[in-house]
Amino acid sequence: MAFEGLSERLQKVFSTLRGKGKLSEDDVRKVMREVRMALLEADVNFDVVKGFVKQVRERALGAEVMDSLSPSQQVIKIVDDELTKLMGEEAVPLNKAPHIPTIIMMVGLQGAGKTTTAGKLAKYLINNDKARPMFIAGDVYRPAAIEQLKTVAQQVGAPVYEEGTDKDPVEIVKNGLAQAAENKNDYVIIDTAGRLEIDDKLMDELSRIKELAHPNEILFVADSMTGQVAAKVAHGFDEQLDITGVVLTKLDGDTRGGAALSIRSVTGKPIKFIGQGEKLDQLDVFHPDRMANRILGMGDMLTLIEKA
Amino acid sequence: SFGARFNRFLANFRSVDEEFFDDLEELLIESDVGYETAMRLSDELREEVKLENVKKRSDVSDVIVRKLVDMYDEEGKEEDNTLKFSKDKTPTVFLFVGVNGAGKTTTIGKLAHRYQQEGKKVLLAAGDTFRAGAIEQLQVWGKRVNVPVQASKAQTDPASVVFDAVHRAVNEDFDILLVDTAGRLQNKEGLMRELEKIKRVITRELPDAPQEVLLVLDGSTGQNALSQAKQFNETTDVSGIVLTKIDGSSQGGIVLAIRNELHIPVKLVGLGEQMDDLRDFDPEKFIYGLFKELIVGSGE
Ligand SMILES: Nc1nc2c(ncn2[C@@H]2O[C@H](COP(=O)(O)OP(=O)(O)OP(=O)(O)O)[C@@H](O)[C@H]2O)c(=O)[nH]1
Ligand SMILES: Nc1nc2c(ncn2[C@@H]2O[C@H](COP(=O)(O)OP(=O)(O)OP(=O)(O)O)[C@@H](O)[C@H]2O)c(=O)[nH]1
Ligand SMILES: [Mg+2]
Ligand SMILES: [Mg+2]
Repeated sequence: MAFEGLSERLQKVFSTLRGKGKLSEDDVRKVMREVRMALLEADVNFDVVKGFVKQVRERALGAEVMDSLSPSQQVIKIVDDELTKLMGEEAVPLNKAPHIPTIIMMVGLQGAGKTTTAGKLAKYLINNDKARPMFIAGDVYRPAAIEQLKTVAQQVGAPVYEEGTDKDPVEIVKNGLAQAAENKNDYVIIDTAGRLEIDDKLMDELSRIKELAHPNEILFVADSMTGQVAAKVAHGFDEQLDITGVVLTKLDGDTRGGAALSIRSVTGKPIKFIGQGEKLDQLDVFHPDRMANRILGMGDMLTLIEKA
Repeated sequence: SFGARFNRFLANFRSVDEEFFDDLEELLIESDVGYETAMRLSDELREEVKLENVKKRSDVSDVIVRKLVDMYDEEGKEEDNTLKFSKDKTPTVFLFVGVNGAGKTTTIGKLAHRYQQEGKKVLLAAGDTFRAGAIEQLQVWGKRVNVPVQASKAQTDPASVVFDAVHRAVNEDFDILLVDTAGRLQNKEGLMRELEKIKRVITRELPDAPQEVLLVLDGSTGQNALSQAKQFNETTDVSGIVLTKIDGSSQGGIVLAIRNELHIPVKLVGLGEQMDDLRDFDPEKFIYGLFKELIVGSGE
């Protein structure tokens, strides 16, 4: 059955191993095959899975037997530990500039959720930091992108700097920053058009915006339903822009979200926020441990282990 | 890319050993066909290679390509990947559904352009009254491809907009009505019911409509696409898939799994953001694209 979590898978394996006090090498191999399958079905990138499984296998074989845990629980704990470690262990806050404004630039593939997340971030900053953010409408390509941003901006009560769709986005950003300086906005959020990481011309446009604006934060916005290609795309954006953080969107769906692990693993950049809905207050700080649990589908098993 | 990697491993290939099939599995998984489909494919291929007692590298790739194309054809024997139109004078209605940001509105713009160019009278319905700027986005597309848009104010009931659009299409003798809907994740019950209602409104007014319910799927989606296809199919009886953004790095291999499990054919593919970037789905080309360099490389 597809989409079985690791809990269900492992329960099956362990029903054949019942009564064993300690895991043999063969047992570990069986278990790791299930872990591998669970990760692949969660869309974790193949190469990332390979490295991860190797790491866990070594630790599982060398592990001391803990009396309080059954062998299955012990492996799960190791998997969970390693996964959490890989995903960054702790929430990383947004970068802040020493002098205002802090400049945040949103980048990513088409339809990932950049514009919506820009709105959510502004709302988050207004609520938590009493911020006075301003948006810059840097997407001159997508039909009605500016209308969308303006509607979002109005909902959060922040101004938008825009120059329509005929100007070069780099020029727009330059003028927008001057405007923000004049208005003493403490945050500037730059919305950019969605683009493919293999689109040299549009990627170069982002590089030029970056050079001009010196953003404190370049947030790569990624759809959590993305498949194997997530690693390649994230690597492409990171290589060309040296991103500073990641926002994972659409986690209100039923995806396991393995893209999170792939992206984190190939870029090494922290996932800072997750999007959990279309509404502007549906942005949450990222917690690596919860994500680990979700990717593996470990359900209640983990809670049991935590108590042991 | 898949092809390049495939070629590389064929180049290193000595005999038909287990490692070969491990590599094949890896390549299939990396194109998002899904773990189970990858396993099934490689098992069947392993069987076939054994049966035919193949030893030479070039023969192996031949067998594999032939088998893959066979399997693909077989799964889709009863499928029809052409778009359906109204059989009488009443307008044809296509309903577009899918998760957030998949490419519904853009695909509608492109398809409107195609039919407008063919001399048909096309109407668009702005059934996404929820997302910021959604109505304006469809209106820009309407202007761009010179096709009218039936729209109401933001936040009005989408079913009522669609109702108005169907009436207008009938009264003003439109040939085709393309209905946009808001993106929604398939696990949101309330939103899925809303979609059901939209479809019901169309069928109540025009019993043979919608002629197509097209699920728009982002080509870079992983295994969640299966869940999307299942849920949208349950609510709205999806008749075809539009696979978008295949101009990106992804293989779109997940449609193989969807085809195997749910037998929903891909009908259109999107390969860019411009109005001409839409093609009819060509299964052979798709397979060819997926395994291109294998096929090319097998000649040696
Ligand atoms: N369910 C859900 N939908 C989201 C989330 N974030 C964004 N969306 C939706 O995803 C779709 C795309 O979001 P946008 O913000 O327009 O994406 P974008 O990256 O700006 O898109 P482009 O500018 O076209 O590249 C919209 O329908 C949003 O409402 C989320 O966390 N959950
Ligand atoms: N590269 C590429 N981009 C595409 C393609 N189709 C759509 N897009 C882009 O993807 C983004 C989202 O497309 P939309 O048509 O707004 O998607 P949607 O499904 O209507 O989104 P919501 O209404 O927010 O759910 C836009 O930036 C489009 O330009 C395609 O085939 N290739
Ligand atoms: Mg946008
Ligand atoms: Mg839309």
